[in-house]
Amino acid sequence: MSEQSQPNKRRNAGPRIRLPAVIICAYLLFILVPIYWLAIMSLKSNAEILGAFTLWPDSITFDNYRTILTDPAWYMGYINSFIYVSLNTVISLTVALPAAYAFSRYRFMGDSHLFFWLLTNRMAPPAVFALPFFQLYSSVELFDTHIAVALAHCLFNVPLAVWILEGFMRGVPREIDETAFIDGYGFGRFFTRIFIPMIAPGIGVAAFFCFMFSWVELLLSRTLTSVDAKPITAIMTRTVSASGLDWGVLAAAGVLTIIPGAIVIYFVRSYIAKGLALGRV
Amino acid sequence: MTQKTTNQRAWFLVLPVLALVAFSSIIPMITVVNYSFQDSFGGNEFFWVGLEWYRELLQSERLWDALGRQLLFSSIILLIEIPLGILIALSMPKKGWMASLCLVLMALPLLIPYNVVGTIWQVFARADIGLLGRAISDLGLSYNYAQNAFDAWVTVIVMDVWHWTSLVALLSYAGLRSIPNAYYQAAEIDQASRWAVFRYIELPKMRGVLIIAVLLRFMDSFMIYTEPFVLTGGGPGNATTFLSIDLVKMALGQFDLGPAAAFSLMYFLVILLISYVFYTVMISADNDGAAR
Repeated sequence: MSEQSQPNKRRNAGPRIRLPAVIICAYLLFILVPIYWLAIMSLKSNAEILGAFTLWPDSITFDNYRTILTDPAWYMGYINSFIYVSLNTVISLTVALPAAYAFSRYRFMGDSHLFFWLLTNRMAPPAVFALPFFQLYSSVELFDTHIAVALAHCLFNVPLAVWILEGFMRGVPREIDETAFIDGYGFGRFFTRIFIPMIAPGIGVAAFFCFMFSWVELLLSRTLTSVDAKPITAIMTRTVSASGLDWGVLAAAGVLTIIPGAIVIYFVRSYIAKGLALGRV
Repeated sequence: MTQKTTNQRAWFLVLPVLALVAFSSIIPMITVVNYSFQDSFGGNEFFWVGLEWYRELLQSERLWDALGRQLLFSSIILLIEIPLGILIALSMPKKGWMASLCLVLMALPLLIPYNVVGTIWQVFARADIGLLGRAISDLGLSYNYAQNAFDAWVTVIVMDVWHWTSLVALLSYAGLRSIPNAYYQAAEIDQASRWAVFRYIELPKMRGVLIIAVLLRFMDSFMIYTEPFVLTGGGPGNATTFLSIDLVKMALGQFDLGPAAAFSLMYFLVILLISYVFYTVMISADNDGAAR
């Protein structure tokens, strides 16, 4: 569109390299080069990483990946992460759906204060909650369980889910609710049979962001776990600090944490733009 | 906006959220308030000390230094990422598979766990095994983020730009996509310059998403923890010890419950104050948008 609005006067002078294309390519390069370096490193042996400086591995080895996929101390980290991320997404959406409906449809006592208070939790630094969470979950004997991390992540994911879903629900005309009630639908049946399918894209977007913020978080998940529910991200930091820096395995573990995100992003790419357009992220 | 009806029973729909967030927010917060007025011995004997921790913290250079570093960091981040994000959004292809490809590739850093972001930059910037570190050294410049405070700052900032500029770009891009074509056609008829199109059409239409972008980037950079923790560990010395890193050191490293709790409360109140200002601005912007 910018091309239509701007006649090509200046561009005819030089060779036809367009500035926007250059900017985008430079930026994509900036993003991809560090990831490339990590991916390449995961395919090298430690001797090659430390000894020779090569842009492409001399001999490609999958030993690093084999280490991770055969050692329970490593691969259980991925399983633990998946368990609490899924739990968190399900819990967040389950409680956020009715609340978002209430905020989008009704006026009630203290609604705007409540909404703001919810949002402040999204903005609270996790570092503030690290110590009290540790004590709270220890005292109710949930320390080092998946549900503890899932509940802790609700702190910022529930407000976010409410915020996103409210935006989508506001776009659904009220007449639909009223018609359904006149037709004799009870609230529960209306909500699950009619309303939820209508805002499915919104639920998708909310689920995506809950998944994402729970997946990338480290501080709380590390504080609340020790052995049984230790997430992959915490296992990685331990390896950095303690056991003699196995760069190849560390790089391979990093690559494996990028893959789920890349897959999710590919599937929801058209919805993300829509969610962002509402300005609700 | 559709008219909302008043219905106090809507509270029942909000109740689950309230219970859940109260459990994970109010109860821990009360614990924090409680600790901030007490001194502890051996973790189980407590003595009332009143406002002493607050007085001590407000006079401690450690806190003010960390706050200064934090404000400087957040300002630099906003000054770089917001304009850069807008520039990238303006440069993105409008539609077709190129646009999808750009979206997917640009969103990639956003979904990488924070500590993996730190790890990526660690192995990328190290002088001995990193591509960037080696390249800079080969140019004849001395560069070592683990020992030189300036190098550490540059590396942390470049890392954050790498990590989060895409969010600003994607938000701006979404804002740009919502501008009807008629605006551009009108501008073309008026023979508006590229700058005028940006200044009088695109920028005002992006206002809403840009406020959110500034808000998010400010908040998240203000509580940054994991990435610099993995990359520099807060060092060299205390050069990159931001507020969250300092707080976690105090709370979980030294187990100084009282001071850490007082620190937490002040930290949270600063954030609360700023977010309230932003929220008010956002709501009024929302209403302006609806009125237009």
